[in-house]
Amino acid sequence: MSYEIKLDIFEGPLDLLLYLIRKNEIDIYNIPIALITAQYLAYLDIMRSLNLDLAGEYLVLASTLIHIKSRLLLPPAEEEGEEEEGEDPRAELVQQLLEYQAFKEAALRLENRPLLERDVFTRGAREEGPSVAEGEGEAMIEVGVFELVAAFRRIVAGLDRPEELEIDAEKISLADRINEIMERLSEKRQLTFVELIGEKHDRRRIIYTFLAVLELMKLRMIRAYQSGPFGAIRLFLAVEDQ
Amino acid sequence: MMEEKVAIIEALIFASDTPLTAERLAEVLPGTDKKEITALFGALCREYEQRGGGICLQEVAGGFQYRTRADLAPWVRKLKAGRPAMLSPAALETLAVVAYRQPLVKAEIDRIRGVDVSGALKGLLEKKLVRIVGRKDVPGKPIIYGTTRKFLEVFNLRDLSELPTLRELKDLQE
Repeated sequence: MSYEIKLDIFEGPLDLLLYLIRKNEIDIYNIPIALITAQYLAYLDIMRSLNLDLAGEYLVLASTLIHIKSRLLLPPAEEEGEEEEGEDPRAELVQQLLEYQAFKEAALRLENRPLLERDVFTRGAREEGPSVAEGEGEAMIEVGVFELVAAFRRIVAGLDRPEELEIDAEKISLADRINEIMERLSEKRQLTFVELIGEKHDRRRIIYTFLAVLELMKLRMIRAYQSGPFGAIRLFLAVEDQ
Repeated sequence: MMEEKVAIIEALIFASDTPLTAERLAEVLPGTDKKEITALFGALCREYEQRGGGICLQEVAGGFQYRTRADLAPWVRKLKAGRPAMLSPAALETLAVVAYRQPLVKAEIDRIRGVDVSGALKGLLEKKLVRIVGRKDVPGKPIIYGTTRKFLEVFNLRDLSELPTLRELKDLQE
Protein backbone atom coordinates (compact mmCIF):
# COMPACT_ATOMS: atom_id res chain seq x y z
CA MET A 1 0.00 0.00 0.00
CA SER A 2 2.89 2.32 0.71
CA TYR A 3 3.68 2.09 -2.98
CA GLU A 4 0.88 4.40 -3.94
CA ILE A 5 2.28 7.36 -2.08
CA LYS A 6 5.54 6.97 -3.87
CA LEU A 7 4.08 6.96 -7.34
CA ASP A 8 3.74 10.61 -8.11
CA ILE A 9 7.26 11.46 -7.05
CA PHE A 10 8.88 9.71 -9.97
CA GLU A 11 9.94 12.01 -12.70
CA GLY A 12 10.19 9.22 -15.23
CA PRO A 13 11.47 5.68 -15.73
CA LEU A 14 15.10 6.59 -14.93
CA ASP A 15 13.98 8.17 -11.70
CA LEU A 16 12.05 5.06 -10.75
CA LEU A 17 15.07 2.90 -11.55
CA LEU A 18 17.37 5.09 -9.46
CA TYR A 19 14.91 4.88 -6.61
CA LEU A 20 14.91 1.07 -6.78
CA ILE A 21 18.70 0.99 -6.86
CA ARG A 22 18.91 3.20 -3.80
CA LYS A 23 16.17 1.33 -1.98
CA ASN A 24 17.95 -1.99 -2.46
CA GLU A 25 21.34 -0.44 -1.70
CA ILE A 26 22.76 -1.74 -4.92
CA ASP A 27 26.04 -0.82 -6.54
CA ILE A 28 25.05 1.08 -9.63
CA TYR A 29 27.94 -0.49 -11.57
CA ASN A 30 26.75 -3.96 -10.73
CA ILE A 31 22.99 -3.95 -11.01
CA PRO A 32 21.34 -7.33 -10.41
CA ILE A 33 19.16 -7.06 -13.48
CA ALA A 34 16.75 -9.89 -12.56
CA LEU A 35 15.88 -8.34 -9.19
CA ILE A 36 15.57 -4.81 -10.49
CA THR A 37 13.52 -5.86 -13.51
CA ALA A 38 11.07 -7.73 -11.29
CA GLN A 39 10.63 -4.76 -8.97
CA TYR A 40 10.40 -2.33 -11.85
CA LEU A 41 7.65 -4.39 -13.49
CA ALA A 42 5.83 -4.63 -10.16
CA TYR A 43 5.71 -0.84 -10.00
CA LEU A 44 4.39 -0.67 -13.55
CA ASP A 45 1.63 -3.08 -12.53
CA ILE A 46 0.62 -0.83 -9.66
CA MET A 47 0.54 2.15 -11.94
CA ARG A 48 -1.55 0.22 -14.41
CA SER A 49 -3.94 -0.89 -11.67
CA LEU A 50 -4.51 2.77 -10.91
CA ASN A 51 -5.61 3.01 -14.50
CA LEU A 52 -2.96 5.56 -15.21
CA ASP A 53 -2.09 5.77 -18.82
CA LEU A 54 1.48 4.60 -18.52
CA ALA A 55 3.81 6.86 -20.38
CA GLY A 56 5.40 4.93 -23.21
CA GLU A 57 8.85 5.69 -21.81
CA TYR A 58 8.22 3.42 -18.85
CA LEU A 59 7.53 0.53 -21.19
CA VAL A 60 10.58 1.29 -23.31
CA LEU A 61 12.80 1.00 -20.26
CA ALA A 62 11.03 -2.19 -19.20
CA SER A 63 11.85 -3.74 -22.54
CA THR A 64 15.44 -2.49 -22.30
CA LEU A 65 15.76 -4.20 -18.91
CA ILE A 66 14.37 -7.44 -20.25
CA HIS A 67 16.66 -7.23 -23.26
CA ILE A 68 19.69 -6.78 -21.02
CA LYS A 69 18.59 -9.66 -18.86
CA SER A 70 18.29 -11.93 -21.88
CA ARG A 71 21.73 -10.92 -23.10
CA LEU A 72 23.21 -11.69 -19.70
CA LEU A 73 21.75 -15.16 -19.90
CA LEU A 74 23.35 -15.91 -23.25
CA PRO A 75 26.77 -17.48 -23.23
CA PRO A 76 29.48 -15.06 -24.36
CA ALA A 77 29.89 -14.89 -28.13
CA GLU A 78 32.14 -17.60 -29.52
CA GLU A 79 33.52 -15.84 -32.56
CA GLU A 80 36.67 -13.87 -32.09
CA GLY A 81 36.68 -10.22 -33.02
CA GLU A 82 33.03 -9.76 -32.12
CA GLU A 83 32.42 -6.13 -31.46
CA GLU A 84 30.40 -6.59 -28.34
CA GLU A 85 32.66 -9.19 -26.89
CA GLY A 86 33.49 -8.60 -23.27
CA GLU A 87 31.24 -5.59 -23.02
CA ASP A 88 28.78 -5.57 -20.17
CA PRO A 89 25.30 -5.28 -21.66
CA ARG A 90 24.40 -3.06 -18.71
CA ALA A 91 27.06 -0.47 -19.49
CA GLU A 92 24.91 1.78 -21.63
CA LEU A 93 22.08 1.85 -19.09
CA VAL A 94 24.50 2.56 -16.25
CA GLN A 95 25.94 5.45 -18.21
CA GLN A 96 22.46 6.85 -18.78
CA LEU A 97 21.56 6.48 -15.12
CA LEU A 98 24.73 8.22 -13.96
CA GLU A 99 24.14 11.08 -16.35
CA TYR A 100 20.55 11.45 -15.22
CA GLN A 101 21.61 11.33 -11.58
CA ALA A 102 24.14 14.11 -12.16
CA PHE A 103 21.43 16.35 -13.57
CA LYS A 104 19.01 15.45 -10.82
CA GLU A 105 21.59 16.63 -8.32
CA ALA A 106 22.27 19.74 -10.38
CA ALA A 107 18.55 20.51 -10.31
CA LEU A 108 18.55 20.24 -6.52
CA ARG A 109 21.52 22.55 -6.24
CA LEU A 110 19.79 25.05 -8.49
CA GLU A 111 16.75 24.95 -6.26
CA ASN A 112 18.87 25.53 -3.18
CA ARG A 113 20.29 28.76 -4.52
CA PRO A 114 18.90 32.02 -3.14
CA LEU A 115 16.03 32.36 -5.59
CA LEU A 116 14.58 35.65 -6.71
CA GLU A 117 11.09 36.20 -5.30
CA ARG A 118 11.58 33.33 -2.86
CA ASP A 119 14.71 34.15 -0.88
CA VAL A 120 15.88 37.44 -2.27
CA PHE A 121 13.85 40.33 -3.56
CA THR A 122 14.61 43.31 -5.69
CA ARG A 123 13.20 46.72 -5.10
CA GLY A 124 9.43 46.64 -5.64
CA ALA A 125 9.69 43.68 -7.98
CA ARG A 126 6.45 43.04 -9.76
CA GLU A 127 4.66 39.89 -8.86
CA GLU A 128 4.49 37.46 -11.70
CA GLY A 129 3.11 33.99 -11.11
CA PRO A 130 -0.32 32.94 -12.28
CA SER A 131 -2.78 35.81 -11.95
CA VAL A 132 -5.70 33.45 -11.56
CA ALA A 133 -5.37 33.35 -7.80
CA GLU A 134 -6.57 36.91 -7.31
CA GLY A 135 -8.48 37.43 -4.13
CA GLU A 136 -7.47 34.04 -2.88
CA GLY A 137 -4.29 35.14 -1.23
CA GLU A 138 -2.68 31.84 -1.93
CA ALA A 139 -0.26 30.83 -4.59
CA MET A 140 -1.58 28.25 -6.97
CA ILE A 141 0.37 25.48 -8.56
CA GLU A 142 -0.83 24.00 -11.78
CA VAL A 143 -1.70 20.38 -11.17
CA GLY A 144 -1.36 17.35 -13.33
CA VAL A 145 -3.04 14.01 -13.63
CA PHE A 146 -1.53 12.60 -10.44
CA GLU A 147 -3.13 15.21 -8.24
CA LEU A 148 -6.44 14.74 -10.01
CA VAL A 149 -6.24 11.01 -9.52
CA ALA A 150 -5.56 11.60 -5.83
CA ALA A 151 -8.61 13.86 -5.59
CA PHE A 152 -10.68 11.31 -7.43
CA ARG A 153 -9.62 8.58 -5.03
CA ARG A 154 -10.43 10.72 -2.02
CA ILE A 155 -13.92 11.32 -3.31
CA VAL A 156 -14.55 7.70 -4.20
CA ALA A 157 -13.22 6.69 -0.79
CA GLY A 158 -15.73 9.04 0.79
CA LEU A 159 -18.65 7.28 -0.87
CA ASP A 160 -21.05 5.51 1.42
CA ARG A 161 -20.22 1.87 1.37
CA PRO A 162 -23.58 0.28 0.61
CA GLU A 163 -24.10 1.46 -2.88
CA GLU A 164 -27.68 1.62 -3.86
CA LEU A 165 -28.32 -0.78 -6.62
CA GLU A 166 -30.57 1.39 -8.58
CA ILE A 167 -30.84 1.47 -12.28
CA ASP A 168 -30.75 5.14 -12.85
CA ALA A 169 -32.90 6.56 -15.53
CA GLU A 170 -30.45 9.36 -15.96
CA LYS A 171 -28.09 8.34 -18.69
CA ILE A 172 -24.95 10.41 -18.57
CA SER A 173 -22.71 10.73 -21.54
CA LEU A 174 -19.21 12.08 -21.55
CA ALA A 175 -20.12 14.73 -24.09
CA ASP A 176 -22.96 15.95 -21.88
CA ARG A 177 -20.69 16.19 -18.89
CA ILE A 178 -18.09 18.12 -20.90
CA ASN A 179 -20.70 20.57 -22.10
CA GLU A 180 -22.11 20.97 -18.61
CA ILE A 181 -18.70 21.62 -17.11
CA MET A 182 -17.83 24.20 -19.74
CA GLU A 183 -21.18 25.92 -19.21
CA ARG A 184 -20.82 26.07 -15.46
CA LEU A 185 -17.24 27.26 -15.71
CA SER A 186 -18.04 30.12 -18.06
CA GLU A 187 -20.75 31.13 -15.61
CA LYS A 188 -18.78 30.87 -12.41
CA ARG A 189 -15.24 31.43 -13.74
CA GLN A 190 -13.83 28.87 -11.33
CA LEU A 191 -15.03 25.75 -9.60
CA THR A 192 -13.48 23.22 -7.31
CA PHE A 193 -13.39 19.62 -8.30
CA VAL A 194 -15.73 18.76 -5.43
CA GLU A 195 -18.24 21.44 -6.43
CA LEU A 196 -18.22 20.06 -9.91
CA ILE A 197 -19.23 16.62 -8.75
CA GLY A 198 -22.01 18.15 -6.76
CA GLU A 199 -24.32 16.69 -4.19
CA LYS A 200 -25.21 13.50 -5.94
CA HIS A 201 -22.38 11.25 -5.04
CA ASP A 202 -22.98 8.36 -7.30
CA ARG A 203 -20.09 6.50 -8.72
CA ARG A 204 -21.06 6.88 -12.33
CA ARG A 205 -21.39 10.63 -12.08
CA ILE A 206 -18.03 10.98 -10.34
CA ILE A 207 -16.32 8.85 -12.94
CA TYR A 208 -17.82 10.70 -15.85
CA THR A 209 -16.95 14.04 -14.29
CA PHE A 210 -13.39 12.87 -13.77
CA LEU A 211 -13.12 11.65 -17.35
CA ALA A 212 -14.61 14.88 -18.65
CA VAL A 213 -12.10 16.94 -16.64
CA LEU A 214 -9.21 14.87 -17.96
CA GLU A 215 -10.46 15.23 -21.52
CA LEU A 216 -10.84 18.99 -21.14
CA MET A 217 -7.35 19.27 -19.69
CA LYS A 218 -5.99 17.29 -22.57
CA LEU A 219 -7.73 19.58 -25.02
CA ARG A 220 -6.28 22.50 -23.04
CA MET A 221 -9.71 23.99 -22.59
CA ILE A 222 -9.44 24.12 -18.83
CA ARG A 223 -6.60 24.41 -16.36
CA ALA A 224 -6.40 22.94 -12.90
CA TYR A 225 -4.65 24.63 -9.99
CA GLN A 226 -4.06 23.61 -6.43
CA SER A 227 -2.89 25.74 -3.51
CA GLY A 228 -0.81 22.98 -1.97
CA PRO A 229 -0.68 19.27 -1.33
CA PHE A 230 -4.20 18.00 -0.65
CA GLY A 231 -5.61 21.48 -1.20
CA ALA A 232 -8.81 21.94 -3.12
CA ILE A 233 -8.29 21.61 -6.84
CA ARG A 234 -9.72 24.56 -8.69
CA LEU A 235 -10.58 24.46 -12.34
CA PHE A 236 -10.43 27.46 -14.61
CA LEU A 237 -11.25 28.02 -18.22
CA ALA A 238 -7.99 28.07 -20.14
CA VAL A 239 -9.22 30.89 -22.34
CA GLU A 240 -11.63 33.38 -20.91
CA ASP A 241 -14.12 34.54 -23.44
CA GLN A 242 -14.01 38.25 -23.71
CA MET B 1 35.68 62.65 -6.91
CA MET B 2 35.73 58.93 -6.26
CA GLU B 3 33.08 59.34 -3.57
CA GLU B 4 30.89 61.36 -5.87
CA LYS B 5 31.11 58.70 -8.56
CA VAL B 6 30.28 55.96 -6.08
CA ALA B 7 27.21 57.96 -5.11
CA ILE B 8 26.19 58.27 -8.77
CA ILE B 9 26.54 54.54 -9.28
CA GLU B 10 24.49 53.89 -6.18
CA ALA B 11 21.72 56.10 -7.57
CA LEU B 12 21.86 54.43 -10.98
CA ILE B 13 21.66 50.92 -9.60
CA PHE B 14 18.79 51.97 -7.37
CA ALA B 15 16.86 53.47 -10.25
CA SER B 16 17.54 50.71 -12.74
CA ASP B 17 14.86 48.09 -13.38
CA THR B 18 17.36 45.47 -14.43
CA PRO B 19 20.86 44.67 -13.16
CA LEU B 20 23.08 47.59 -14.16
CA THR B 21 25.89 46.49 -16.42
CA ALA B 22 29.33 48.06 -16.73
CA GLU B 23 28.59 48.85 -20.40
CA ARG B 24 25.42 50.72 -19.55
CA LEU B 25 27.23 52.58 -16.79
CA ALA B 26 29.99 53.64 -19.18
CA GLU B 27 27.33 55.16 -21.42
CA VAL B 28 25.87 57.21 -18.59
CA LEU B 29 29.20 58.14 -17.04
CA PRO B 30 31.41 58.98 -20.00
CA GLY B 31 35.10 59.15 -19.48
CA THR B 32 35.25 56.30 -17.02
CA ASP B 33 37.24 53.33 -18.19
CA LYS B 34 36.55 49.70 -17.43
CA LYS B 35 39.15 49.51 -14.72
CA GLU B 36 37.73 52.49 -12.88
CA ILE B 37 34.20 51.13 -13.14
CA THR B 38 35.24 47.82 -11.63
CA ALA B 39 36.94 49.71 -8.81
CA LEU B 40 33.85 51.86 -8.22
CA PHE B 41 31.53 48.84 -8.11
CA GLY B 42 33.98 47.21 -5.72
CA ALA B 43 34.01 50.23 -3.43
CA LEU B 44 30.23 50.34 -3.33
CA CYS B 45 29.99 46.61 -2.67
CA ARG B 46 32.36 46.93 0.27
CA GLU B 47 30.31 49.78 1.69
CA TYR B 48 27.22 47.60 1.72
CA GLU B 49 29.07 44.64 3.13
CA GLN B 50 30.46 46.70 5.98
CA ARG B 51 27.09 48.16 6.74
CA GLY B 52 25.59 44.67 7.05
CA GLY B 53 22.05 45.91 6.54
CA GLY B 54 19.03 44.35 4.95
CA ILE B 55 20.14 45.13 1.42
CA CYS B 56 23.01 43.52 -0.46
CA LEU B 57 24.59 44.72 -3.65
CA GLN B 58 24.89 41.69 -5.84
CA GLU B 59 26.37 40.86 -9.17
CA VAL B 60 23.74 39.03 -11.21
CA ALA B 61 23.26 38.41 -14.92
CA GLY B 62 26.30 40.47 -15.81
CA GLY B 63 25.26 43.55 -13.83
CA PHE B 64 24.71 44.91 -10.35
CA GLN B 65 21.45 44.92 -8.46
CA TYR B 66 20.22 45.55 -4.94
CA ARG B 67 18.68 42.51 -3.38
CA THR B 68 17.36 41.81 0.08
CA ARG B 69 19.43 39.61 2.33
CA ALA B 70 18.42 35.97 1.86
CA ASP B 71 17.91 35.29 5.57
CA LEU B 72 15.33 38.07 5.76
CA ALA B 73 13.10 36.32 3.24
CA PRO B 74 10.38 35.30 5.74
CA TRP B 75 9.62 38.95 6.50
CA VAL B 76 9.64 40.09 2.91
CA ARG B 77 7.42 37.18 1.95
CA LYS B 78 4.98 38.18 4.65
CA LEU B 79 4.90 41.68 3.23
CA LYS B 80 4.26 40.39 -0.25
CA ALA B 81 1.57 37.95 0.94
CA GLY B 82 1.51 34.72 -0.92
CA ARG B 83 3.90 31.95 -1.55
CA PRO B 84 6.26 32.14 -4.47
CA ALA B 85 5.43 30.12 -7.53
CA MET B 86 7.79 27.19 -7.37
CA LEU B 87 9.14 25.14 -10.21
CA SER B 88 8.15 21.49 -10.22
CA PRO B 89 10.92 18.87 -9.98
CA ALA B 90 10.31 18.03 -13.65
CA ALA B 91 10.77 21.68 -14.63
CA LEU B 92 13.90 22.01 -12.50
CA GLU B 93 15.47 18.90 -13.97
CA THR B 94 14.72 20.08 -17.48
CA LEU B 95 16.11 23.50 -16.68
CA ALA B 96 19.28 21.98 -15.25
CA VAL B 97 19.85 19.97 -18.42
CA VAL B 98 19.34 23.05 -20.60
CA ALA B 99 21.59 25.18 -18.38
CA TYR B 100 24.50 22.76 -18.42
CA ARG B 101 24.24 21.42 -21.95
CA GLN B 102 23.11 24.46 -23.89
CA PRO B 103 22.74 25.03 -26.74
CA LEU B 104 20.85 21.80 -27.28
CA VAL B 105 17.80 20.30 -28.96
CA LYS B 106 14.77 18.82 -27.23
CA ALA B 107 15.66 15.25 -28.25
CA GLU B 108 18.83 15.53 -26.17
CA ILE B 109 16.87 16.62 -23.08
CA ASP B 110 14.39 13.78 -23.66
CA ARG B 111 17.28 11.34 -23.82
CA ILE B 112 18.92 12.53 -20.62
CA ARG B 113 15.73 12.69 -18.58
CA GLY B 114 14.29 9.54 -20.13
CA VAL B 115 10.90 11.14 -20.63
CA ASP B 116 9.22 13.44 -23.10
CA VAL B 117 9.96 16.93 -21.83
CA SER B 118 7.52 18.85 -24.07
CA GLY B 119 5.34 20.00 -21.19
CA ALA B 120 8.16 21.03 -18.88
CA LEU B 121 9.95 22.81 -21.71
CA LYS B 122 6.82 24.72 -22.67
CA GLY B 123 6.41 25.88 -19.07
CA LEU B 124 10.01 27.07 -18.94
CA LEU B 125 9.57 28.96 -22.21
CA GLU B 126 6.43 30.62 -20.82
CA LYS B 127 8.26 31.60 -17.66
CA LYS B 128 11.02 33.01 -19.88
CA LEU B 129 13.70 30.93 -18.19
CA VAL B 130 14.49 29.15 -21.45
CA ARG B 131 14.49 30.59 -24.93
CA ILE B 132 14.80 29.43 -28.49
CA VAL B 133 18.32 30.13 -29.66
CA GLY B 134 17.99 28.93 -33.22
CA ARG B 135 17.56 25.87 -35.34
CA LYS B 136 19.99 23.09 -35.88
CA ASP B 137 21.08 22.58 -39.45
CA VAL B 138 20.11 18.93 -39.71
CA PRO B 139 17.07 17.30 -41.34
CA GLY B 140 13.91 18.51 -39.63
CA LYS B 141 15.67 21.66 -38.44
CA PRO B 142 15.03 21.01 -34.75
CA ILE B 143 14.83 23.99 -32.40
CA ILE B 144 17.86 24.75 -30.25
CA TYR B 145 17.25 25.90 -26.69
CA GLY B 146 19.27 27.88 -24.19
CA THR B 147 18.74 29.73 -20.94
CA THR B 148 17.81 33.40 -20.69
CA ARG B 149 19.11 36.40 -18.80
CA LYS B 150 16.09 36.01 -16.56
CA PHE B 151 17.34 32.55 -15.63
CA LEU B 152 20.53 34.16 -14.30
CA GLU B 153 18.49 36.76 -12.43
CA VAL B 154 16.12 34.25 -10.86
CA PHE B 155 18.86 31.86 -9.81
CA ASN B 156 21.16 34.59 -8.57
CA LEU B 157 23.98 33.84 -10.99
CA ARG B 158 26.60 36.27 -12.25
CA ASP B 159 26.92 34.31 -15.48
CA LEU B 160 26.74 30.73 -16.66
CA SER B 161 30.28 30.00 -15.53
CA GLU B 162 29.09 30.48 -11.97
CA LEU B 163 26.94 27.35 -12.22
CA PRO B 164 28.39 24.77 -9.87
CA THR B 165 30.27 22.24 -11.96
CA LEU B 166 28.38 19.15 -12.85
CA ARG B 167 29.80 16.25 -10.92
CA GLU B 168 32.06 14.30 -13.20
CA LEU B 169 30.42 11.07 -14.19
CA LYS B 170 33.27 9.00 -12.83
CA ASP B 171 32.93 10.63 -9.42
CA LEU B 172 29.34 9.65 -9.06
CA GLN B 173 29.92 6.30 -7.48
CA GLU B 174 29.22 6.58 -3.82
